[in-house]
Amino acid sequence: MPSPTSNEPIIRFDRVNKDFGDLRVLKELCFDIDPGERVTLIGPSGSGKTTILRLLMTLEHVTPVKHPDENGGVIWVEGEPYSHMKKGGKLHVANERYLRRRRQKVGMVFQQFNLFPNMRVLRNVTEAQVHTLRRSKDEAEAKARDLLELVGLSDKIDNYPNQLSGGQQQRVAIARALAMDPDILLLDEVTSALDPELVADVLAVLRDIAETTSITMLIVTHEMGFARDVSNRVMMFDQGVIVEEDTPDRIFSDPQEVRTQDFLRAVLAE
Amino acid sequence: MDGWSNERAAEMFPMVFEGFVVVLQVTAVSGVIAILLGLLVAISDQTAPFWLRRPVNWIMQFVRNTPLLVQVLFVWYATSLYINPEWTAFVVGSAVLGIHYASYTSESYRAGIEAIPKGQWEAATALSLPRHRVWLAIILPQMLRRSTAAVANWLIAMFKEVPTLFAIGVLEMLAMVDRYAGLNYTGYVEGYTIAGLLFLAASYPVAVATRRLEIRLAKSNF
Ligand SMILES: Nc1ncnc2c1ncn2[C@@H]1O[C@H](COP(=O)(O)OP(=O)(O)O)[C@@H](O)[C@H]1O
Ligand SMILES: [Mg+2]
Repeated sequence: MPSPTSNEPIIRFDRVNKDFGDLRVLKELCFDIDPGERVTLIGPSGSGKTTILRLLMTLEHVTPVKHPDENGGVIWVEGEPYSHMKKGGKLHVANERYLRRRRQKVGMVFQQFNLFPNMRVLRNVTEAQVHTLRRSKDEAEAKARDLLELVGLSDKIDNYPNQLSGGQQQRVAIARALAMDPDILLLDEVTSALDPELVADVLAVLRDIAETTSITMLIVTHEMGFARDVSNRVMMFDQGVIVEEDTPDRIFSDPQEVRTQDFLRAVLAE
Repeated sequence: MDGWSNERAAEMFPMVFEGFVVVLQVTAVSGVIAILLGLLVAISDQTAPFWLRRPVNWIMQFVRNTPLLVQVLFVWYATSLYINPEWTAFVVGSAVLGIHYASYTSESYRAGIEAIPKGQWEAATALSLPRHRVWLAIILPQMLRRSTAAVANWLIAMFKEVPTLFAIGVLEMLAMVDRYAGLNYTGYVEGYTIAGLLFLAASYPVAVATRRLEIRLAKSNF
């Protein structure tokens, strides 16, 4: 069993399977991510990228194996089992209480923003600070104001989400996730639902965050320029397995695998 | 039996109006039950363990699919025989009416909950919000916005069914007309006309207000 040391991966997928009914979406998937790394997941639609992020957000659960750990099938975060919990020296599928505690260090930004429409912008960003992290209202509001300034929305604090453009809503969602001080930030096609002219502002905010923080990021995106700029590593997926992984420079200028070449050609032709 | 008489109508009015006040009282009590019990049923449908959800669903379905009049008579005789003969027709009748309509309002609430996008629950999970907070701060406000108009329409329907309680002797308007006409051998036409007009006078403005509320909710930012 791994023990926490400084050069240990912050995320480890150890032979993780994920089935939806008869469909095996992830197949004995293995990868490690180091603290502070920015990893972009690319690959055709349906290749399992969203499923990986949702497993890390505990919105989905791994398909159990008979002997977890020995046979894999476990997600580890910060050196501790994440999809499972230790009990009597063995790993058992994590229960809701365990997950509730563990997922606090993980944040997610969704393709469809998912802001709370009944709350004004400020409260969208303070709600979980107050009720999950138990910060005082003043502290939460101060933090929310700082973050909303960072994403360029100081003047929208008192608006309801549906009074904002998609790009503005997504920037609020980013502020809302950052307010929880996550160690890991999951970004699932966060600009895919936006009108083209609104994409740049959102990406600029994310670039800024990537430059000024050390949050570990897992990014699913079709914005290859953005992926190239912010990530240390790109993983190419197809049908639930990693086809190829490399630095963005190498994977974008000199992909080795045919499937990567085809995929990149198709995306860049869009 | 003779024809319509203005004098008789005037003479009857105070009595029928007394019955109308009883109708309003029943509506208030049953309304509170329908609103709160319906909400409780809809929430427990999402949160309670299966062994509790299942029987509650059965009961609600049974209540929805049997006539109100049968329920009122059955509960009235059953409670006075087996539970407590002291319970008044007003109490038993209001409770049965409220429970009957809770079986409908719970469906409207349930539809309101199910219409909330899955992304709302997922965002709440991603923020690790405690479960009671998810319900109070996210689900209930969005659900109420969607179900309020439907629930208001059920309450209007319920109000119009209060005369069913005549069957167990609640002194609502029909009972009052009956009492007058029984003594005077006339007055049904005047009495029922007054009762009808009072119902109309009360439910029409409420129906219009509900319609306005629906439009306003549809337009509001939230
Ligand atoms: N809840 C679900 N139920 C059934 N199948 C699902 C579900 N979620 C995802 N899938 C399937 O899993 C596969 C991978 O999906 P996903 O992770 O969303 O891929 P990507 O994000 O790479 O497009 C797809 O074939 C998809 O249809
Ligand atoms: Mg996806």
